[in-house]
Amino acid sequence: MGRLNWPIALAAGAAMLTSSLTGSAQAADSTDPIKFVLNDWTGELLSSRIMGEALKRQGYKIDYVQADAMAEFQGLETGDLDVVMEVWATTQKQVFDNALKTGSVENLGETGMKAREEWWFPEYMKEKCPGLPDWKALKQPDCVKAFSTPDTAPKGRYLGGPVTWGGFDDERVQALGLDFEVVHAGTDAALFAELESAYKRKAPILLWIYAPHWAPSVYKGEWVEFPPYTPECYAEKKYDCGKPHGPIWKAAWSGVKTKWPKAHDAIQKFSITTDEMNALIYKVDRDKQSVEDVTTKWLDENEARWKAWFQ
Amino acid sequence: MTRDRTSFSFEQRFGISAAIVVALACVSWSLPIAAKYPLSWKWPLDQLLTMWLKFLVAQISFITRGIAHILQMPLDFAIGLLAKGFEIPLGSETVTIPPLSWAGVCATFVWIGYRVGGTRLALLQAACSAYIVLFWQWHAAMLTLASVLVCVPVAVACGLLIGVFAYSRPKLNQWVLTPGLDIMQTVPAFAYLIPTLLLFGFGPVAAMIATVIFATPPMARVTTLALNQTPMEIRELGKMVGCTERQTIWRILLPSSLPSLLVGLNQTVMMTLNMVIVASMIGAGGLGFDVLRALRQLDIDRGFESGVAIVLLAVMLDRQGVALANAAKPGAASSKTLAAMFGVPLAFLIVATLLGTQFDWLREFPKALRLSTGATLNDAVSWININYFDAIEAFRIFVLTHFMTPIKVALTSAPWLFVSGVVTVFAYFVGGARMAFLSAFVFAFCLVTGLWDKAMITIYLCLSATVISVVIGIPIAVLAARFDPLYRATTVAIEVLQTLPSFVYLIPVVMLFRVGDFAALLAIVAFAITPIIKFTMTALRTVPADLVEAGKSMGCSGAQMDFFIRFPVALPSILLGINQALLFALAMVVITALVGTRDLGQEVYIALTAANPGRGLVAGLCLALLGILIDRLFQAGVARLQHRKSSQSFVHGELAAA
Repeated sequence: MGRLNWPIALAAGAAMLTSSLTGSAQAADSTDPIKFVLNDWTGELLSSRIMGEALKRQGYKIDYVQADAMAEFQGLETGDLDVVMEVWATTQKQVFDNALKTGSVENLGETGMKAREEWWFPEYMKEKCPGLPDWKALKQPDCVKAFSTPDTAPKGRYLGGPVTWGGFDDERVQALGLDFEVVHAGTDAALFAELESAYKRKAPILLWIYAPHWAPSVYKGEWVEFPPYTPECYAEKKYDCGKPHGPIWKAAWSGVKTKWPKAHDAIQKFSITTDEMNALIYKVDRDKQSVEDVTTKWLDENEARWKAWFQ
Repeated sequence: MTRDRTSFSFEQRFGISAAIVVALACVSWSLPIAAKYPLSWKWPLDQLLTMWLKFLVAQISFITRGIAHILQMPLDFAIGLLAKGFEIPLGSETVTIPPLSWAGVCATFVWIGYRVGGTRLALLQAACSAYIVLFWQWHAAMLTLASVLVCVPVAVACGLLIGVFAYSRPKLNQWVLTPGLDIMQTVPAFAYLIPTLLLFGFGPVAAMIATVIFATPPMARVTTLALNQTPMEIRELGKMVGCTERQTIWRILLPSSLPSLLVGLNQTVMMTLNMVIVASMIGAGGLGFDVLRALRQLDIDRGFESGVAIVLLAVMLDRQGVALANAAKPGAASSKTLAAMFGVPLAFLIVATLLGTQFDWLREFPKALRLSTGATLNDAVSWININYFDAIEAFRIFVLTHFMTPIKVALTSAPWLFVSGVVTVFAYFVGGARMAFLSAFVFAFCLVTGLWDKAMITIYLCLSATVISVVIGIPIAVLAARFDPLYRATTVAIEVLQTLPSFVYLIPVVMLFRVGDFAALLAIVAFAITPIIKFTMTALRTVPADLVEAGKSMGCSGAQMDFFIRFPVALPSILLGINQALLFALAMVVITALVGTRDLGQEVYIALTAANPGRGLVAGLCLALLGILIDRLFQAGVARLQHRKSSQSFVHGELAAA
């Protein structure tokens, strides 16, 4: 082989490169990637992906960043993170309110989903602890025994969510004088894997269930009725009450409004119903489809809906 | 001044200790304050630390943000080059430059493997690359590799600087640097993720900096060690040719200890890969995040596939590094071989990437050819779960009720004064006043920061796990030391257990045994058993040949040989292995927080998820202090044992001579 002719080789290379151009029309917004937060429960992953992928189809660049439900506000305040698609009134309200007070975080309105989180038991447990769903039943020694397991004996066992979700369950147990030990599930999946296993065998279980989620409709059971939540109960750090109910909000770093005004507008319009979300989570958790596939399918099927967010 | 402990006879010391223990017991069970430390006496060190840190962050964040910004650039470049490509806006259009083609990168690995390690290494590199490509781990592996490529030079540079500094200022080294490095290595990485988050923001750069903190100490230690070990003549040579001290270090000593430094480099790469999963919790992507996601979804197959990819990436870099270190020994490579070593792969990369713009299969490996374990492992575990549920449950309950719960109840309900008093007396017994002081300090720290209960649960988990590891590990080691095929199999198994990220085997453990102490115990045992087997096996196999011969000539049977000859000789190494196991268990405690334990590890994890730096650091320090105490106590105990034995044998020898 003779000597390579470098100028020609380079020119050929450059030509091949330019032929692979993927020129995309730029939106009027900044071309920097928008950083979406991914938390550790399936619903949030879906909400984030749906909004993020919709924006991508409109020519935006999106980065997905892993952050925890409590720590994420730190990132939102400094602009390290841009958008959080689910902020639950049930557990995150306090931190969210504090973040809003700094002025660096903006509430982008409700997602359309209503949140409920509380201690939950399957229906068959009512036979073993007849006083339920009233929380006072949990004070009866018989009930404590019914919910007790070798790990926690002589105390009852309550399976809480991953510690990342907060929720003040340790404080609640202490404030209400319940003889229960809070075991944290570590992960979302472990929580429901245990419920499934226990439910099949009618084994005793008392655990943290949240909605929107498929579990309350697939399994028969009820939420424990604690003394109703009041803002003072949490503000004064008493925690002798149940968890608050309320909407799920969207939140953003306050700079999003000026940096990506159109995207900001679209995220504000994002809306999805609780039932819809339940079905999507079911597809991921039970039918073992990937979050990405479920998102793509939803976007393909609901094109008119998400395109309307950009009007 | 403390009285010299040898001035008491053994009986006297024993008597005094027993008296103190009885007195402590009386006080502890009669005074409520001595039993349970009042909550109101808690010293809010965590809140103070958080306040100071927040203040500090506000003052210096512009500097740290600047550093983050600077580090972001090489990281973006590496990620662009290996994984994501570049988008360069040109006027109204965007030019997309694709990332390096997988074929080119693989070819590069194989080529360099061939040049430095021959056909064997080339084949190894090819096999590992093939796994990563075929199992569709390429993109994630390149994200991980990109962060390794940026972290390692930074960590090596920091390590070199600290190491040289420690070498030239021995006093400072002894009092500040060595303890500093000790703490960097014993405080769980989770604890300093939080201050890192606050200072450097969310995302890959913060994760990278946490990784650098974790990976720097070994490099610093190796540097100091290598400098101290350079032959006197070389140092003299520096003086003779009139070098300044700085010139001697940088121009003569460091180049002459290149092989040791390359070992340090290798260590740094390994530590970096160890950190990938923890780093993914604060925003690093790549293989680590895939394993974390698999754990969250309890998807064994995906976790296993990504976990194996991490192991293979580590193997590829490790073997390549070792071969490079060996190749560096005989003298500098000529420019011609250098050109061949790097010129050829460069050509591969450019050609494959350019062709990739035309042929899709070169840009991205065709999805149709993807291999996967599908849901095989998940199905296998569910099958076990369905068919053997009762047996598994019975086993779990048996261990819990007869072994774990009694230890837990004893430790958590015992009065703090009694527990700390007894351990401190014991510490005085084996290590004198200094050890007693250390013990008292550690317990006082746990107590006043309000972490007593969690510290006790931590000790209970570590202790139970170590006992089980000893019970299972030592018989395995004894058998493996005797039979060669078993020895080889065990060695491989241990290496896999140590490099496979622990998160991967948390998944099946949780599926079979549900969250709670028992699952945590199994995960800790899987990790802590490795040093016990390794140390015991090696010690038994390296018993001096003349002793073994002597035993044989006296007609000992196989079991007698083990019990009367090999075991006593190997005992100090075995004890060291147990010591290591305890430390490994403490390190693993933080990770088991993800399967629902209630120990110090969980405290650190809660702090991480709530971005509360003070709480995490205090709990992390508590863990580190417990680790240091266990380590020192154990070593002092072993030293005493050896001392007693040698003095005993001395006495016997004298008697025999007489």
